[in-house]
Amino acid sequence: MKASRVILEALKREGVDTIFGFPGGVLLPLYDALYDFDIRHVLVRHEQGAGHAADGYARASGKVGVCLATSGPGATNLVTAIANAYMDSVPMVAITGQVSRHLIGLDSFQEADVTGITLPIVKHSYLVKQARDLPRIIREAFYIAGTGRPGPVVIDVPVDVTKEDMEFDPAALPAMKLPGYKPTLKGHPKQIREAARVIAAAERPVIYAGGGVITAEASDELRELALYGHIPVTTTLTGKGCFPEDHDLSMGMLGMHGTPYANYAVSRSDLIFAVGVRFDDRVTGKLEAFAPEARFVHVDVDPAEIAKNVAVDVPIVGDAKRVLSALLVELKKLNLSPDRHLPWMEQVEAWKRDHPLVIREPEDGQIMPEAAVGKIWEVTRGEALVCTEVGQHQMWAAQHYLARHPRRFITSGGLGTMGFGFPAAIGAQVACPGALVLDIAGDGSFQMTLQELATAVQHQLPVKVCIINNQYLGMVRQWQELFWNKRYSNTCIECQPDFVKLAEAYGAEGYRATRPEDLEEVLRMAFASDQPAVIDIRVKREANVYPMIPAGGTVGDMMEGD
Amino acid sequence: MKHTLSVLVENKPGVLTRVAGLFARRGFNIDSLVVAETENPAVSRMTITVEEQDQPIEQVTKQLHKLINVLKITDLDPADSVERELLIIKVRADARSRSEIMQIVEIFRAKIVDVGTEVILIELTGAREKVSAFMDLVSSFGVVELMRTGRIAMSRGKRPT
Repeated sequence: MKASRVILEALKREGVDTIFGFPGGVLLPLYDALYDFDIRHVLVRHEQGAGHAADGYARASGKVGVCLATSGPGATNLVTAIANAYMDSVPMVAITGQVSRHLIGLDSFQEADVTGITLPIVKHSYLVKQARDLPRIIREAFYIAGTGRPGPVVIDVPVDVTKEDMEFDPAALPAMKLPGYKPTLKGHPKQIREAARVIAAAERPVIYAGGGVITAEASDELRELALYGHIPVTTTLTGKGCFPEDHDLSMGMLGMHGTPYANYAVSRSDLIFAVGVRFDDRVTGKLEAFAPEARFVHVDVDPAEIAKNVAVDVPIVGDAKRVLSALLVELKKLNLSPDRHLPWMEQVEAWKRDHPLVIREPEDGQIMPEAAVGKIWEVTRGEALVCTEVGQHQMWAAQHYLARHPRRFITSGGLGTMGFGFPAAIGAQVACPGALVLDIAGDGSFQMTLQELATAVQHQLPVKVCIINNQYLGMVRQWQELFWNKRYSNTCIECQPDFVKLAEAYGAEGYRATRPEDLEEVLRMAFASDQPAVIDIRVKREANVYPMIPAGGTVGDMMEGD
Repeated sequence: MKHTLSVLVENKPGVLTRVAGLFARRGFNIDSLVVAETENPAVSRMTITVEEQDQPIEQVTKQLHKLINVLKITDLDPADSVERELLIIKVRADARSRSEIMQIVEIFRAKIVDVGTEVILIELTGAREKVSAFMDLVSSFGVVELMRTGRIAMSRGKRPT
């Protein structure tokens, strides 16, 4: 069998049903094999789109996402997407074509040292030197990408390797050779007992949960534990949906643009139970002032995350699902009374009542940006699969699109990649064909990857791009307003396409809403359509995201509004 | 404080880059690095000496452990291990100074490996302090060139490093 076909057979054996990719010279053998092979190929219009689509597919489905790009510029175009997946711990296998083995290192046409370029942003990478290694490498790549703390794995395949003839038996699984890779999944029982004791003794406990809970499919366990212990929950941006945000115990997101009550609760807590999080600077602000009165219990599958940014009192290395179920058993032995910390719960309620997130009334007959998100939530009843780009709209979406389920709020948290949301939504739509998939976008971000409209139309993926259009690079403008004397250097982007016509030019549907009273009707029409659509929502231009704790600040520095 | 990390890795292309790149990214400057095959040709040992800086060495060892090709890491306790470096030094030596140099060589149990009319090549192995002390003494004669390997180290007793 040709090695090009072996690659596809091995992918199929790993359960791959879809590849996001873009062909090129060195991929000719592989694309030829793909021509009549039983794996769906979604042709993107730029390799970055393939990477983000694989990312969105992975986050929506829990499976490993696969993208494919040619050598040289094809592969370097993937770099942003690989870095994005690395920062948010998304399982991804990126296959890149490489020039023939005898041409490597000679500055050949479309040659780039892809394993070298991606070294700091991959969980692992391979340069395939001989065809017979392919079955083992592909098996290892999927295992590494999808287990422990997930991440991207790059397989760089020289074109001459793919042309070789080789033996392949789909039924014979090659042995993996990974003596240095053994993720710790089971938490240490003694540490878990200690955590239970500390949680039971806490007077002002808070659960701080993140993307690790979603990755570990541990949302049910988290909910059970929070309900049993009667502990309020705040989540990170990437953790949105790991606990239902419309639940009484939910405090929404914490951090720079988090809810006032989540940030107040953390700052007064005597016990932070952190699970699947990494104490990112956008969450903690000034580290020394983060939860100054609290002890920390930290559960993470990656030992390097524990004690990286804060000193931890009870560290537990393990898979969130296993640790949370074991912890619940231990907690139940302690017979917690639900009213053991009534004053604390009353305090949290009071903060929620006194400092709610506000949706501002229309000003000058204009749509307020957060009101647009609120309306999208209302129209979809919170049941859409939402992807976002990066910037103000992302924070409004995080604050006002209350996520009810895991894998239903997909956003670029760590790298903060503008242009992520739309291709990610395409990938998510492939993973969940029946779902209403939205990209809540900014006008700046959408222009970074909007060529994927052709992808959505070609593959009939009815993603709805909801542009919160303020004709600014709004988040940077907000910082310029607040911290740089309103000198709006290069953040005004009034020169932009007519997004309605643009959508139509691509064969998608275009909608526009400019007045608050029109918005609901426009959204309903667009969401009811079975076509990809762009909805240009014109909002009040100079609206800021509040609350906001400035970078490196503390809860005392929180700005709640203009 | 200086740390000596003994790192067992799979003997594969690119592993050195992965390890060295990690140190650079996390802001650690490598003082010395020795890489060679072990008794098992599929496995190499890297002996890395590094100065502990703003962040504790623990964060780097944890990150190192995450590299798929890294098998084992030991942070060697100097009191419980044997450390060696190799020095080759080319010193100016005429008829008058030669005997004095040879005396120093003898005291340090170093070895003369080549003698010319104007220079002499000396080889010395020892712990870092011994190598440095020797260099101080012979430098007064005029050093033409010197090379030293990084440190290798092995834990004492039966327990493997």
